[in-house]
Amino acid sequence: MTKRDLVVRIARETGLTQVDVGKVIQKTLDYITESLERRENVELRDFGVFKVKHRGARKGRNPNRPEHEVEIPARNVVVFKSGKRMRDLVETEL
Amino acid sequence: MTKRDLVVRIANETGLTQQNVYAIIQKSFDLIIDALQNGDAVELRNFGVFKVTKRHARTGINPNQPTQKIDIPAKKVVVFKQGKHMKEVVRK
Repeated sequence: MTKRDLVVRIARETGLTQVDVGKVIQKTLDYITESLERRENVELRDFGVFKVKHRGARKGRNPNRPEHEVEIPARNVVVFKSGKRMRDLVETEL
Repeated sequence: MTKRDLVVRIANETGLTQQNVYAIIQKSFDLIIDALQNGDAVELRNFGVFKVTKRHARTGINPNQPTQKIDIPAKKVVVFKQGKHMKEVVRK
């Protein structure tokens, strides 16, 4: 599923235009990204939480050239922790 | 930042009612959950990808009673992989 699919379907279900729906979805994604850029967590109840985590520097190895060590610099990454509804519906036992 | 903050800000900027903005945002999240429930991946360009992967069953240890072993069954989990733009702005 892509953004396009979301836009088409939600426009149909709400009667709003695809342009308006597209704008709202794009802004939502942009503002979540902005918030994470400021190191602020984004908590979307039932869906999940986006957080920024620091990853320390480490040495890595190219699997094709194991004799070469590569320095991997410290960096920040976004992690997602699923919320209650997501866990209950999606993260079921196998 | 919460859903409420998003709704208020986006309603102000677009001139749409808070009710309509809320409906769009809530439906987006619900449809993403639906897709994942069906085993579908959700790709939001530049933002990231949500996918469902399997976790094998394993034996865990209760941290408060380390002598006790617990069987953790195999299950599905949602993973998020940050998209190109997200990765770049958060990195530094």
